[in-house]
Amino acid sequence: MSLDVRKTYKLYVGGEFVRTESGRYDAVESAKKKFLANVSRGSRKDLREAVRKAREAQPGWAAKTAYLKGQILYRMAEMLEGRAESFEKVLRDSPGLSPAAAKKEVRASIDRLVHYAGWSDKYTAILGTVNPVASSYFDFSVPEPMGVVGIVAPDAPDLLGLVSHLAPVIVCGNAAVVLVSETSPLASLEFAEVLATSDLPSGVANLISGRREELVPHLARHMDVLAISDAAGDAALSKQIGQDAAVNVKRVRRYALPDYFSGKAQGLDYIEAFTETKTTWHPIGV
Amino acid sequence: MSTVPTLPFDPAAVPHVDQVGVEERAAGLGKRSIKKDAKKAGIRLAISMIDLTTLEGKDSEGKVRQMCRKAIQPMPGDPTVPHVAAVCVYPNLVPVAKEALEGSGVKVASVSTGFPAGLVPLPVKIEDTRRAVAMGADEIDMVIDRGAFLAGDYGKVSSEILAVKDACGEAHQKVILETGELETYDNVRKASHLAMAAGADFIKTSTGKVAPAATPAVVLVMLEAIRDFYLDTGRRIGMKPAGGIKTTKQALHLLVLVKETLGDAWLTPDLFRLGASTLTNDLLMQLTKEMTGRYQNEDYFTKD
Amino acid sequence: MEAERPRLEFGSAWEYSPAPESKDHVKIEKRYGLFIGGQFVPPKSKKYFQTINPATEEVLAEVAEAGAEDVDAAVRAAEEAHRKRWSKLAPAERGKYVYRIARMIQEKSRELAVLESMNGGKPIKESRDVDVPLALAHFFYHAGWADKLEYAFPRHTVSSIGVCGQIIPWNFPLLMAAWKLAPALACGNTVVLKPAETTPLTSLALARIIQEADLPPGVVNIVPGAGETGAHVVNHPRVRKVAFTGSTEVGKIIQRAVAGTGKRLTLELGGKAANIVFEDAPLDQAVEGIINGIYFNQGHVCCAGSRLLVQESVADAVLGKLERRIATLRLGDPLDKNTDVGAINSKMQLEKIRELVACGVEEGAEIHQSSCAIPAKGFFFPPTFFTGVAQSHRIAREEIFGPVLAVMTFRTPEEAVEKANNIPYGLSAGIWTDKGSKIFKITSKMKAGVVWANTFNKFDPSSPFGGYKESGFGREGGVQGLRAYVELTS
Repeated sequence: MSLDVRKTYKLYVGGEFVRTESGRYDAVESAKKKFLANVSRGSRKDLREAVRKAREAQPGWAAKTAYLKGQILYRMAEMLEGRAESFEKVLRDSPGLSPAAAKKEVRASIDRLVHYAGWSDKYTAILGTVNPVASSYFDFSVPEPMGVVGIVAPDAPDLLGLVSHLAPVIVCGNAAVVLVSETSPLASLEFAEVLATSDLPSGVANLISGRREELVPHLARHMDVLAISDAAGDAALSKQIGQDAAVNVKRVRRYALPDYFSGKAQGLDYIEAFTETKTTWHPIGV
Repeated sequence: MSTVPTLPFDPAAVPHVDQVGVEERAAGLGKRSIKKDAKKAGIRLAISMIDLTTLEGKDSEGKVRQMCRKAIQPMPGDPTVPHVAAVCVYPNLVPVAKEALEGSGVKVASVSTGFPAGLVPLPVKIEDTRRAVAMGADEIDMVIDRGAFLAGDYGKVSSEILAVKDACGEAHQKVILETGELETYDNVRKASHLAMAAGADFIKTSTGKVAPAATPAVVLVMLEAIRDFYLDTGRRIGMKPAGGIKTTKQALHLLVLVKETLGDAWLTPDLFRLGASTLTNDLLMQLTKEMTGRYQNEDYFTKD
Repeated sequence: MEAERPRLEFGSAWEYSPAPESKDHVKIEKRYGLFIGGQFVPPKSKKYFQTINPATEEVLAEVAEAGAEDVDAAVRAAEEAHRKRWSKLAPAERGKYVYRIARMIQEKSRELAVLESMNGGKPIKESRDVDVPLALAHFFYHAGWADKLEYAFPRHTVSSIGVCGQIIPWNFPLLMAAWKLAPALACGNTVVLKPAETTPLTSLALARIIQEADLPPGVVNIVPGAGETGAHVVNHPRVRKVAFTGSTEVGKIIQRAVAGTGKRLTLELGGKAANIVFEDAPLDQAVEGIINGIYFNQGHVCCAGSRLLVQESVADAVLGKLERRIATLRLGDPLDKNTDVGAINSKMQLEKIRELVACGVEEGAEIHQSSCAIPAKGFFFPPTFFTGVAQSHRIAREEIFGPVLAVMTFRTPEEAVEKANNIPYGLSAGIWTDKGSKIFKITSKMKAGVVWANTFNKFDPSSPFGGYKESGFGREGGVQGLRAYVELTS
């Protein structure tokens, strides 16, 4: 019998797997209180670094063709599909889902990625407009990404919650810094391995584990983060986020989804929420 | 050479360049597949067009001497590999190069005019040039005043080129546009026409100190300017891309651009040069691979 | 010093060696059956026809020819597949099948490109860099629509139509198959597709991919044949929607045949596009656009820029550049990576081109031709342009569908617009000018479905393509292209 080599769960920042600079950790236990793993207790400095990397990566990511972005998201689905069994195992350990529930969540996550991959080259056609202004101008409006978006992922479902909020943010050209589930972070952190093998440029998606109360204020007050996707489901926290965000007029979207498996948990609205509209006027005349 | 009359330069008459279109064309020509005999011939041609360059503050006599030996015989043991076209150095190293290259057929090119920035008074630029020529330079690579150009002071830029041309005497004059600082293709085209009207023998992309330098699209724009100038005046002006040319693939791409824009007459070191330092070894490795069928290892080629 | 007029010499200095694309990894069967109900089956018609390589005239394979009974079997298979499987599948699952096809085309890219060039005559450079990538992009794009149709048609209930009969031409065989199949499948329809008689092979390779992708049998059926087979598809009573890309002449026949039957119809027909070059155009890039517009794919392009309208003040300059530019076009073996102009698709097409070119000369236009060497075997025609052309000349009005450009001049923008629109066709147009406001003004006046400004022959699955007037109706690609493949109820 060969002893298994246990995984050390790290943060995923700037395309690299790093430990928290603070050196602190939190233990994660299974539903039966059995020790599973020590995860990094992320610090504000880790967060700062993640935002820096996201900022660097965002313009290049936004400039990639919609086609390419779609291909990359589809590749994420392929990678997750290939690792489905290992993800199911992690979910069975933490948060301790039944085999059927674990399978259901992994399948739904794969399908969600495919769903958003297919939006990359379509949302512009639906959200964009040509405006019939009452003067001799060609006037058009296009949706553009915002920049760096902070995401506070829900505690549950761990994997599907992460995917449901990350995919729509990045498919339209934003870069993301995600605070993953505090109570069951393992599958989310493992998802970094899918990100890392999908040709997603470094820094476009960054995953930080740790305690919300320590990290959220720094995210919400960060001057280089232009929007927050708040799916934590904590009213007091949300209120604080809302207030902190005003420091640089962040766009704040609050999500309280009853069922991540429903069709209502995906769609154009989730993308539109993280786009800005740019309108351009150009004269018509010889 | 210095008795060629200059021509009037009208900035408004310079054709505009569409960025997307020119980049597509340049990239399209990069898809030409150069294989077998054409590849070997192309590599040899490219080697014969190299201006082997060292332009560092730490250049010394020893370094230049070694480089000259490589310039004369890039591949010891293979006489079918031609010598390079020229060696390009700072003025102080001209006498060393001259001596080392005596009788070899390789020319000595010197930078001048306060290379690379060119922000010194005109008399200094002229003196810089005169001395380099006096020390034996066959060719002078000068820089234009980019600040004046971008400010629209074309008269100043032209008159400087003329003054330096005069100081060149019998030496041939390459005019460096520093395309990375001009930034737009329209500017590159305009500067090309300006330099040719002012009597340049060669127009050159870059000092090698600023990126981007000799991208295929920039080179194409300059070649098209040369083509139009030739068809208007009958004068053939040479072209030298420099900076960032590291691989055989890039060198062959540039040769394709020349061949399909200007035709046969420009496929000679008299009218086309490649400003490069590390390119030579890649060319030699590729040539060896073509001849032996084996992929090569850097350690087998000298680093001088 | 030059005594005579300066001339550029594009001769033999540093000639390119032959650079043949390897074809020994390409699998071509000796004989192909029809693809019906997920299987390759022999034709009930018992007929086979040969398909050749137009660059060498060698026979590549024998292909089954679908007769009336075969088409009937295909339609029934499509109907059953629609009723029992495809229309019942969750849209997202449908989408995943189409993604599979896209990925597999990607995996087999090189083989498909080589096959396309061998069977159709187009340069490998084009099939490799344009046809195959665009084809797979179409599948990729439309796969993503399958579960998002409610966004394309808000406040409507969206459902599929049923069996679609699709007839495609020989100029972009694989790409046209992609343009037809991808939206049809994404919207939940099943298909009977008839590839052109001279170019069945890439459609049949696609059939193999569809098999390997495990698409439910009968969702896609492929029935090679000629005009008669096409007529069987169009006229079959259980085909509910017809899509045709081909000549205007045949398009009109189909429109007549379908009238009163309740069948939905889209047509993508011929064109005689004007490429308009203004004096303030970036001229060197405009010349590239002209070249690309008419010599890309040997001019076998419905939206080809087959007329050049050049502003008189720059006509000489442009024509001089054009003359020099065609001297560097390389004509020859389509499988040579350096070939720019490949073979004409068939002997018949070559005859048509020759006839119209002779007519042009007879009507008094001045002919300019590349002096490139023409291979002894195969069907080839050199890049050609005519000057001194009048609006009334046949070469200015009729689609030649070959590497032949008709050049006319104009003085003012109004005149350019008038001349450009003064034809029964309306598929595409090109505008070349540096002035932005002029672009928007002129494009707004073009009676054409696709207008290119400072570029030409650009395609993307997200960008709707289709014509005005006798160039057909309906759009392919983009949100607009989905309309033809759905049934809407409010």
